Amino acid sequence: MAASSDRNPPPFPTAEESEPGLCDMADADSDEGEDIFVSNSNPVSVSRGVSQPDRVSEEPSDLFSEEEEAASSTAAKANGVHSDDDNDLFADANVELSTDKSSSSARKEPSGPRHASTFTPSPAAMQPTSLEQLEEEEAKDSFDVDVAVTNPEKVGDGMNAYVAYKVSTRTSLPMFRSKVFSVRRRFSDFLGLYEKLSVKQSLHGCIIPLPPEKSVVGMTKVKVGMDDPSSVEFVERRRAALERYLQRVVSHPSLLQDPDVREFLEREDLPRAVNTQALSGAGFLKMINKASDAVNKMTIKMNESDTWFEDKFQEVENEEQQLRKLHVVVDSLVIHRKELCGNTAVFAKSLAMLGNSEDNTALSRALSQLAEVEDKMEQLHQEQAASDFFIFAELLGDYIRLLGAVRGCFDQRMRAWQRWQEAQSTLQKKREAEAKLLWANKPDKLQQAKEEITEWEARVTQYERDFDRIGMTVRKEVLRFEKEKAKDFKSQIIKYLEAMLQSQQRLIKFWEAFLPEAKAIA
Amino acid sequence: MMEEVKETASVLSVHDDSIKVTEVLKEGDTLTFIIVSQKLSGTGEYHVDRTYEDFEWLQQHLFSQGDVPGIQGVIFPPLPAKPQVNASPRSIKQLGFLALGECQPYCKALETFLQQVAAHSILSKNKAVEVFLTSSDPPGRQKVKKNIFNRLSQAVEEMRKEGHKDVDEFFQNERDHNLILTGCTKTAAEKFLDVVATEQKIAVACGHFSTALHLCVEPGEDPDKQAFSRVCVKLSEVFESIKKNMTSVAENNVNTLGLGLDLESRYQEAEREMLFRRTCKLVELENAQRNVEKAKPVKKAAMEEVKKAAETEFEHTSGVAKQEIARFQGARVEMLQQALVGWCEKQLLTAKESADQFNQHLEVFRGMA
Repeated sequence: MAASSDRNPPPFPTAEESEPGLCDMADADSDEGEDIFVSNSNPVSVSRGVSQPDRVSEEPSDLFSEEEEAASSTAAKANGVHSDDDNDLFADANVELSTDKSSSSARKEPSGPRHASTFTPSPAAMQPTSLEQLEEEEAKDSFDVDVAVTNPEKVGDGMNAYVAYKVSTRTSLPMFRSKVFSVRRRFSDFLGLYEKLSVKQSLHGCIIPLPPEKSVVGMTKVKVGMDDPSSVEFVERRRAALERYLQRVVSHPSLLQDPDVREFLEREDLPRAVNTQALSGAGFLKMINKASDAVNKMTIKMNESDTWFEDKFQEVENEEQQLRKLHVVVDSLVIHRKELCGNTAVFAKSLAMLGNSEDNTALSRALSQLAEVEDKMEQLHQEQAASDFFIFAELLGDYIRLLGAVRGCFDQRMRAWQRWQEAQSTLQKKREAEAKLLWANKPDKLQQAKEEITEWEARVTQYERDFDRIGMTVRKEVLRFEKEKAKDFKSQIIKYLEAMLQSQQRLIKFWEAFLPEAKAIA
Repeated sequence: MMEEVKETASVLSVHDDSIKVTEVLKEGDTLTFIIVSQKLSGTGEYHVDRTYEDFEWLQQHLFSQGDVPGIQGVIFPPLPAKPQVNASPRSIKQLGFLALGECQPYCKALETFLQQVAAHSILSKNKAVEVFLTSSDPPGRQKVKKNIFNRLSQAVEEMRKEGHKDVDEFFQNERDHNLILTGCTKTAAEKFLDVVATEQKIAVACGHFSTALHLCVEPGEDPDKQAFSRVCVKLSEVFESIKKNMTSVAENNVNTLGLGLDLESRYQEAEREMLFRRTCKLVELENAQRNVEKAKPVKKAAMEEVKKAAETEFEHTSGVAKQEIARFQGARVEMLQQALVGWCEKQLLTAKESADQFNQHLEVFRGMA
């Protein structure tokens, strides 16, 4: 379950990388980095993974963890996960580098259908025409990962059965063991990945993509048998959602660096994720909303020097509401389309009966022909409904939840602020205590007091830096998110339009074929 | 004998296929239909306004031509059910396709009714038709004398008569066949109506989506926000197109095949009623024959008279009926063909237009930064 932090930067096939100023911090990484990465001595981007000493692997994070342990102590930690806060030393290096621009220019929209079980190409391996931005280059390279989730297969029987999916990766990044590989994963593995990531990354203000939600009803049907249409639809829906989830994860520059992600993609046998019981039903959003409530109940309110955050937060909330409304409309659209399928099928049958009862041969034939045309149209409507659903309903659903995640990272920033404030007030108290001791003249206690003050001064500094850093990250993440969102929507709409166009063209063919039949009646 | 009609026969002075119901006016709860027809001789038009009650008056007159021999063998062009301004759900269901749209389907159905009456060799001779189409005054509203066609009562004996075995194989076949076809056509019309209703719902939902998307447009100069806003605006236009497409598809359905199935369904019912009347005449005749056989000598002559009258009437009715059936079979096939061809052509056109539009939208999106 534990993962080590990975300071290893993505490889750069060419060119110089880092800006020297930032190397101080990053240098500590580089030695360790070299084990994994071929050439580069100046790692630039630094992952924000949590360092935990448990995992023994080629990733030599132990050094780091020791350092971090020293820096951190029993400071208030949200989830009982240690040493998140401590990555700031190294994460700073990252901040300036992968800016929004880089992520957006690197990540081009997948041209092909996202839901197909083919790889969605990203042009990551392109050579930049001008080496204007190191970040661009770095980011481009780091996106040379394509993932696909395919081949759902039922494993086992009865209530213990589950569905295993094939997760295939194609990459040119040296940080992976091979270029093309695949593993089998089950749903709880995906949830486990999310759990690990959210625990580590959200505390830095990252927007963690969300996997699809658990569904007891859906899964029970599948356990019983995978053959009926609703089960098939359920499994397909889930497969597509899992694929989108992974695609979002690997296209995020920082998340891609996370060893848990790599392990998820590469490792043959993944230890069963056991913490996922908590992520039930309406799980994620509930979690985030709970956190939001906690923040709202804070007694000390923050004075925003920078209205950007307040404004943005409001925008995010508004947008979430808009998308929810859209989602409701799309849901009703999907229902009506399905209804149209049913009605068309019934009408087709009635036409067939009419054709059979009809005496006049030509009319009878035309009616029977028409019954067939209507059957084909039912098929069309079915596909149209699927298109509406898989493209729009799921897209909107994804973004509603992602916006929740965005809100989550705003909350993280607030908490960081809180921590800082609390540390400041503790420091203040310690100082007052020291003053008292001076008066009371107790030298031995005085020494301790002085030590504590030093400790807390360091903490205050650190937490302030944390807060600033998380603020910057949140800004960056939000901007990246917005870019991605516009692109995502655009590419999905193009897919939708292409499907609609194809639909219409098939319809035209049906009518053109029927017209002579109709004319031939008399 | 044939010419002894109470009302003087007349020749219709308008072209039957020129009759059009051009407009409908709403005044409170009353609907008034404007009917235009072209004069046979010379140029000029007749413009008259009629309410539904006037149509009923016409129909009553047609039904009450008891002195026209064999009148009971006529398949009477069916008059659509009464329209209501604020229609009850039952009324809407009864009207089916004719309740849809802004009265055009209904007007078309009325128009068809008038055209068929005016084109009918026997019916067009009724003076009431001329009056209805040409008189500027509204035709009389007084209740017409008893007519033989008050709606078939549901009395048990009537139902039994419907199943009465025929003496003529041609008619027996026709009756059997009609029974099946009536059922099938009615079902097909109903199911098609369901399809149209769902298409309309989809159009409405698309409209909602289009509107809701406008709410996602946000002001501001942030380029990413603008990019998303642009996407929303364009998508809104796409769904507006989809809505228009769906609406056209539904309209096409109603105006061609919908109307066709509706008319076919009502005409099959009209044939059924005619066959039933003939069957009743048959029963009457058979009763009369039995009465003759059973009659005491003193009554025998009278019974014989009754029997002869019944025989004559039955023969006339059957004669007319045979002609009517032949005409009907030809006419309905032609009508259905027209409906199907018209339907296919309209839908083809709509599909091509939509394809063009989607193509345009696609280009816009592909070209978007």
